[in-house]
Amino acid sequence: MADGLHGTRCMRPHVNVNTAERWASALGGAAIAAAGVRRFFDADRAAGSLIGAAGAALIWRGATGHCHMYEAAGVSTARDGDTRAHLSGDRGVNVEELVTIARTPYELYQRWREFDWLPRVIPGLLAVERMGTNQSRWIARGPGGYRVEWTAEIINEIPPELIAWRTSEPSDLVSAGSVQFTSAPGGRGTTVRVRLQYDPPGGKVGAAIAWLTGSSPAQRVREGLRRFKQLMETGEIATSASNARMAGDAR
Amino acid sequence: MKAVVWHGTNDVRVERMPDPGIVNPRDAIIRITTTAICGSDLHLLDGFIPTMKSGDILGHEFMGEVVDVGKGNTSLQVGDRVVVPFTIACGRCFFCERQLWSACDNSNPNAWMAEKLYGFSGSGLFGYSHMMGGYAGGQAEYARVPFADVGPIKIPDSLTDEQALFLSDILPTGYMAAENCSITAGDTVAVWGCGPVGQMAIVSALLLGAERVIAIDDVPERLRMAMSHPGVTTIDLSTADVFDTLKTMTGGRGPDACIDAVGLEAHGTTADAYLDEAKTKVFLATDRSAALRQAIHACRKGGTVSIPGVYGGFIDKVPFGAAFAKGLTLKMGQTHVMRYLRPLLERIERGDLDPSFVITHRVALEDAPAAYRAFRDKRDGCIKVVMKPNGRVH
Repeated sequence: MADGLHGTRCMRPHVNVNTAERWASALGGAAIAAAGVRRFFDADRAAGSLIGAAGAALIWRGATGHCHMYEAAGVSTARDGDTRAHLSGDRGVNVEELVTIARTPYELYQRWREFDWLPRVIPGLLAVERMGTNQSRWIARGPGGYRVEWTAEIINEIPPELIAWRTSEPSDLVSAGSVQFTSAPGGRGTTVRVRLQYDPPGGKVGAAIAWLTGSSPAQRVREGLRRFKQLMETGEIATSASNARMAGDAR
Repeated sequence: MKAVVWHGTNDVRVERMPDPGIVNPRDAIIRITTTAICGSDLHLLDGFIPTMKSGDILGHEFMGEVVDVGKGNTSLQVGDRVVVPFTIACGRCFFCERQLWSACDNSNPNAWMAEKLYGFSGSGLFGYSHMMGGYAGGQAEYARVPFADVGPIKIPDSLTDEQALFLSDILPTGYMAAENCSITAGDTVAVWGCGPVGQMAIVSALLLGAERVIAIDDVPERLRMAMSHPGVTTIDLSTADVFDTLKTMTGGRGPDACIDAVGLEAHGTTADAYLDEAKTKVFLATDRSAALRQAIHACRKGGTVSIPGVYGGFIDKVPFGAAFAKGLTLKMGQTHVMRYLRPLLERIERGDLDPSFVITHRVALEDAPAAYRAFRDKRDGCIKVVMKPNGRVH
């Protein structure tokens, strides 16, 4: 149920009401709206409409998790940037993908840290902008074509073995992840392992739908890793486009 | 440019398509002088291959002249005359470095489709469905060739297009099939299927030292073509019992190696789809896997069954007990074309073989739809069709 409420997180405006309060809002709003409807049909149309509207507003507040009064007052009861609260236990969705690339851990680590290649290889990722050494701003096309933005912050880094990050405010999604570069046995390149946890817009049902319709983060990570491998091994990303114009259309 | 375009089952047309151009640094653009229709193209025509889309350009056996080169490609120059392998390989991955070119990790942009079916994806292929990369094929005036610093091989002017063209697919495919037989002096090799790949397997087995090749088919002109090579005897499977005849011909021992150049191309994206398809086409499916069953059944103890014929999904009732009991070696797979280009080109230059003997029909690109039908129906003695998209004959 909580996931269902998180489901509106991808839409503006931001969530600034916590889960318990949102439920209270929605249920209270429903009761008030019902009362309003009754008054409306009891012929007190003006009062009925007002009460109904107030109830509807509370339902909306519960459903979206956004309170205009909190916003005006600069208050938030939601724990927005808290990745631990959102992702611990079975609350988040976990993705793990790996690929072996014929390059050294250092070459891969170095390239990964540059970020500029990411929009070229991850489907749906529109841009990554660096904001200082450890922060970056990510803009993607989310499920249903919504624009989704988030800030990623590097929280652990062991060159050339590991980079770990998590989202921080302001962000439309809550996520944490890491990439690990390990020398493959027998001098056969480097195993790149990406772990990603996220609190998906639309909850686990939304994640299932995204998976079915082919735009899930797991698939994006897998395709992204595949293209990262192509880029690092061959210097280019394989495409069946017949010419530059068609290649542009495909992007 | 003009191209042979797939629009659906039994719907192949010649149409104007956008000219290809350089997309990636290692690309080349080829102006195609000669191209061919492959037996496996017929299964596209028949609608057996999933993930084809209306508007796909067909063709994976082609050669021509380099007219443009990407700035990251230093091995080719404008004006080079090249044959293009049907498999696309990056030359840098784990598999390419081990000469397993058709297993290239980096050349299929739609690898995820093939992974669903096979666990892992092979290399990209020209003109052979989106599951195999969705690359435009070479039955056209021009083609974009990715990783063109790895695949295409330059052809000396002393050879004609028709002598060199089959380096693109059927010659290396037949040769690899024969090489997989580990032929030693005195060996008898039986070949099921005397289409173009079977013919190449026959001449390759002879080149590699087979004492005798027994060619098996039921199309008279194909058996006649096989018999034109010294050292080849034939079995017409429409009139003879193949197992008994082979046993008699080999003094009761069985052939040392058996080549299945027939294949079974009834693909499906999932087990269910495949089974459904097989069920609806029961006759075709049982007919075709019969070649493999027969090959396993007839092969001598400790022998090798080599399979250049393409299989796509699951096959019923493979006599695995016979394979186990006799300790057979099974070898198969998409051809690692690049491994064979230079040695086979040298053999053609030396005059050891001239693969152009399989050509029975030479037509204009415009006549491709009629040629596809004639090839499919085995009309007019059709064994191999070549086309000259730019009207120039070398």
